[in-house]
Amino acid sequence: MSACHTPVRQTSPVPAAVSPAPVVELSGAAVRVGGRTLWSGVDLTVGAGEFVAVLGPNGVGKSTLVKAVLGLLPLAEGEVRVLGRAVGTGNPEVGYLPQRRSFDAQLRVRGVDVVRLGLDGARWGVPLPGARRFSARARAVEARVREVVELVGATAYAHRPIGELSGGEQQRLLIAQALAARPRLLLLDEPLDSLDLPNQAAVAALISAICATDGVTVVMVAHDVNPILSYLDTVVYLAEGGAATGSPRQVITSETLTRLYGTPVEVLSTSDGRLVVVGQPEAPHVHSERHP
Amino acid sequence: MSAVLVQASDPQLSWNLVAVVSQALEYPFMVNAFRAGAVVAVLAGCVGWFMVLRRQSFAGHTLAVVSFPGAAGAVLVGASAVSGVFVFAVVAALVIGLAPVASGRGYSEEAAVTGTVQAVALAAGFLFVTLYGRNVNGVTALLFGSFLGISTSEVSTLVVAAVAVLAVLAVLARPLLFASVDPTVAAARGVRVRALSTGFLVLLAVAAAAASQITGSLLVFALLVVPAATAQVLTVRPALSVALTVLLGVGLTWVSLLVAYYVDYPIGFLLTSSAFVVYVAAVLGRRLARGLR
Repeated sequence: MSACHTPVRQTSPVPAAVSPAPVVELSGAAVRVGGRTLWSGVDLTVGAGEFVAVLGPNGVGKSTLVKAVLGLLPLAEGEVRVLGRAVGTGNPEVGYLPQRRSFDAQLRVRGVDVVRLGLDGARWGVPLPGARRFSARARAVEARVREVVELVGATAYAHRPIGELSGGEQQRLLIAQALAARPRLLLLDEPLDSLDLPNQAAVAALISAICATDGVTVVMVAHDVNPILSYLDTVVYLAEGGAATGSPRQVITSETLTRLYGTPVEVLSTSDGRLVVVGQPEAPHVHSERHP
Repeated sequence: MSAVLVQASDPQLSWNLVAVVSQALEYPFMVNAFRAGAVVAVLAGCVGWFMVLRRQSFAGHTLAVVSFPGAAGAVLVGASAVSGVFVFAVVAALVIGLAPVASGRGYSEEAAVTGTVQAVALAAGFLFVTLYGRNVNGVTALLFGSFLGISTSEVSTLVVAAVAVLAVLAVLARPLLFASVDPTVAAARGVRVRALSTGFLVLLAVAAAAASQITGSLLVFALLVVPAATAQVLTVRPALSVALTVLLGVGLTWVSLLVAYYVDYPIGFLLTSSAFVVYVAAVLGRRLARGLR
């Protein structure tokens, strides 16, 4: 985090003011949770509008990487910069969709209210009912909420209690929440988890469309690369001790993964272009350390 | 002169609602009861709405129970009962709020700490009452409520407490809603989730202490939970839901006070049972409406 760690590795020269700073920049990053080093020596530079997937076996620290970029978890070594600045929570330019199960079925809060919290939820005070009549800002807030809800295709059910919605419907509304404040970086932690296959394909297409049309940089943790494979620019493959970064076709190969894991790993390609990784070792302590 | 006295001890019930209300309001203690009831209902309604949303009813109940040792202890050392109630409630809120909460699945731990606080509070209250050695009627009032003895100065105390709590709640409302509904994202967006949680418990403590002045320690649920739970059953629009909570709370309190004036049933029973009926009706109504759809 702080400058005192940087002399260890001089990999990232400070970007000159003329060129735009990368959206996410990790240099020599390492994270320790409960005394165990999850990963170390991770270098990553993500430019504007890129779609990046973070892959790897369970328990390797994919969610932890996202939390480090959010500033929720300090690095043990190295440095992480977001949009040219040191990380910190409360940055409205960063949208976040955490890994989760789903909302309590009894939660009596509408989808639109949850989306709106992504826009002004951190602000003190209380939104007054009927404020749209005299406040231009209240009108702008409502217009933006309508816009993102429409963008994710949730208009039909956004006014229902969020606990009563299906997993796919909730996920769309949460993407809308993450997008509401017009972030330049979207961090998504397994957004396709717990969705059925048609919904996985639809949500993946939606995310890539947001990435392509609005120039939003997307960093997405994924358990299965196949639903997003055709949209990806970059893949970060995490393994115990290290990481491999590059285009999907460079990284998800038998040679790279075998080198990364130090044991024979085979990548098979099916006739419809899907990739299957065989022999990938699972990280230890899968259940106890999965969500530190 | 004697006719007035007879009327005071034996109020005339009639179908003329205006007469029924104005007859009850002839007495200063009833006017104070209506005032205090309204203040407490508004306060408990607004705080209770968040409590129900945050699933912290157990904490709310415990903070209300604490008013029993608070009042008994204050009387024992010669202080005013109301001050003891507020001090004890706020201290209990800080104890519950500062209890270690394991990240992620800390609910059971909070429940254990809350339950322990509740048991200690009840035991301490019983000890204080035993040490005081008199006034057994007072214990019943502390536990199950009384509206007859509320003085004008106590109404002022309640107003000050209510205004202070509602002002703070208004400032915290939006981030508190964010932290309640979506704590992970709220934390990532810079909301101080843990500090808000402790702060809300303190507000809840003051509201529960105020409400216990009317309903007693054990029946605070009637004002803290039922109006909010009923409103959240009836609507999902936040502003409407809060407004409905306040309306239900004030309405139930006033009707119960009025009935208690004419019928010799305790106010705590009347308020709790009418609130219960309203809640059950709301739940059944929604089931029915869903079935018809």
